[in-house]
Amino acid sequence: MAPLLEVDGISKRFRGLRAVDDVRFAVREGEICALIGPNGAGKTTCFNVIAGVFPSDGGEVRLGSERIDGRRPDQTCKAGIGRTFQLVKPFVGLSVLDNVVIGALNACRTVPQARDRARDVIEMLGLSPKRDAPASALTLPERKRLEVARALATKPRILLLDEVMAGLRPTETDQMVSLFRKLNTDTGLTILLIEHVMRAVMALSRHVVVLHHGQVIADGSPEQVTRDPAVLECYLGEEVQ
Amino acid sequence: MSRLFEDVSLRGAVLLVALFAGLLVMPRFAGDYLLTVLILILYFAYVGQAWNVMMGFAGQLSLGHALYVGVGAYTAAALFIKFGIAPWIGVLLAVPLAVACGAVIGFLAFRFGVAGVYFAILTIAFAEFFRIGFDHFSWVGGSAGYFLPVAQYTQNDLWRLRGNPTMFYYIILAMTAALLVLCRLLLSSRLGYYWLAIREDEEAALALGIDAFRYKMIAVILSAGLTAPAGVFFAFYYNNLFPEQVFHISRSIELILAPIIGGIGTLFGPILGAFLLTGLAESLTNMLHAFGVETPGAKQVFYGVCLLAVIVFLPHGIWPPLRRALGLGPRDEPH
Repeated sequence: MAPLLEVDGISKRFRGLRAVDDVRFAVREGEICALIGPNGAGKTTCFNVIAGVFPSDGGEVRLGSERIDGRRPDQTCKAGIGRTFQLVKPFVGLSVLDNVVIGALNACRTVPQARDRARDVIEMLGLSPKRDAPASALTLPERKRLEVARALATKPRILLLDEVMAGLRPTETDQMVSLFRKLNTDTGLTILLIEHVMRAVMALSRHVVVLHHGQVIADGSPEQVTRDPAVLECYLGEEVQ
Repeated sequence: MSRLFEDVSLRGAVLLVALFAGLLVMPRFAGDYLLTVLILILYFAYVGQAWNVMMGFAGQLSLGHALYVGVGAYTAAALFIKFGIAPWIGVLLAVPLAVACGAVIGFLAFRFGVAGVYFAILTIAFAEFFRIGFDHFSWVGGSAGYFLPVAQYTQNDLWRLRGNPTMFYYIILAMTAALLVLCRLLLSSRLGYYWLAIREDEEAALALGIDAFRYKMIAVILSAGLTAPAGVFFAFYYNNLFPEQVFHISRSIELILAPIIGGIGTLFGPILGAFLLTGLAESLTNMLHAFGVETPGAKQVFYGVCLLAVIVFLPHGIWPPLRRALGLGPRDEPH
């Protein structure tokens, strides 16, 4: 199938540091793709370039047939990129419902329609019991789910998830995994996720891209990358002779 | 209409109608003094509400709202005195001028990433700039002041806004009620949701497809435009304008106290705050007067104490806990 998201040679330098260096990969329509790598590999920077938070120092980002590099975050969202933040950013002064309504307004013409859509998404993420609670009253796992709900409510063509499993207990991780798998099979939603929890990566993705020092060092199926010597080396260090 | 009363409990609606009805019949019972206090209360409720659009809803702190009051006041007064143009027409120029000022400040700030305290300082700078400018603007009296003709009016002339306190009372009451309705509609609209998102977290708002620059500009423009009619009212009610007073930073501070005390970002906070602050301050002045104590700064000290108390004990203002205590609607606004 044709790639939905094509990252074609993007780079990002912060003064002397090359956080992202000529990164290329593609995510096919309907696929769940994982972007993994050690801490500081440039995964979140990569997300921020795709989502328009930072302009790229070169290269192109294409969503479908559209070039989206150089656009602002609100414009990439309009183009179909939904993203969550590694450090969750709930609107703490608002209720869970209002948080999600704001996301849903991106996809709906009227406020009542957005409220309906928000209720559905909240239901899907199992947050209904907390719907009218202020977001400030949520636990961290709930905040992570709210983060996903809000991004999902914008009706993205591709969902960028930045470590939504981090800090969750194994059972909670499994719940999230089954949720994303269900979303993917039921609605055909394409997902690109940054993840450290390998249990989730292996359970979800058919396609894994490994970043190290801002560069792609492996790109393939989970089985391929976990056998790749370069990947093993960056995670575990060189073998002692 | 359905949107207007959505989520308002029956008890809330009854209380609101009762309050409004009470205010409507007030001039029949209140003497001139009480009426002037009520006018002052409603004036502060109105400007507080207009300021709240920018700070309470969109999270942009303006400490220079006296600018928009002053621009409104001077525009309408000058048109009236120089050309005999009635304030109802004058307001049609006063509002666009205030909007233009707001647009310049907003554009400079939001385009160049001036935010938070620095944005507040920019708003002060503009108000000060106008204060000093008008001090030297002799066409409208300069620092010597600008005066509307005052005479004993036997009849109320609503068109030219010349008349007794009762007329002014009903005008400011209508303005405050209309603004409450408008803010209620704004807050439940797409625009209102976008403002709240920007106020809570601009980066997250952007990621949800909200053009923050655009909606912050709308907030500043609307807030400025809504503040200007209060200036027109101010000019015709007090009949004298001094740049030192109208544009002074103490005016800007004074007009944000009611929403802070009542509850920033709430619809009823500015109104409650105005009643509490102005009502209590006036009683205090009277009481001191009755005891024969003349302390010119007493009101300011009182404001300071109230502000401290509210910030320490009720950081979200008096209205949110009061609303809960009264058992009113679940989702009036921020919590």
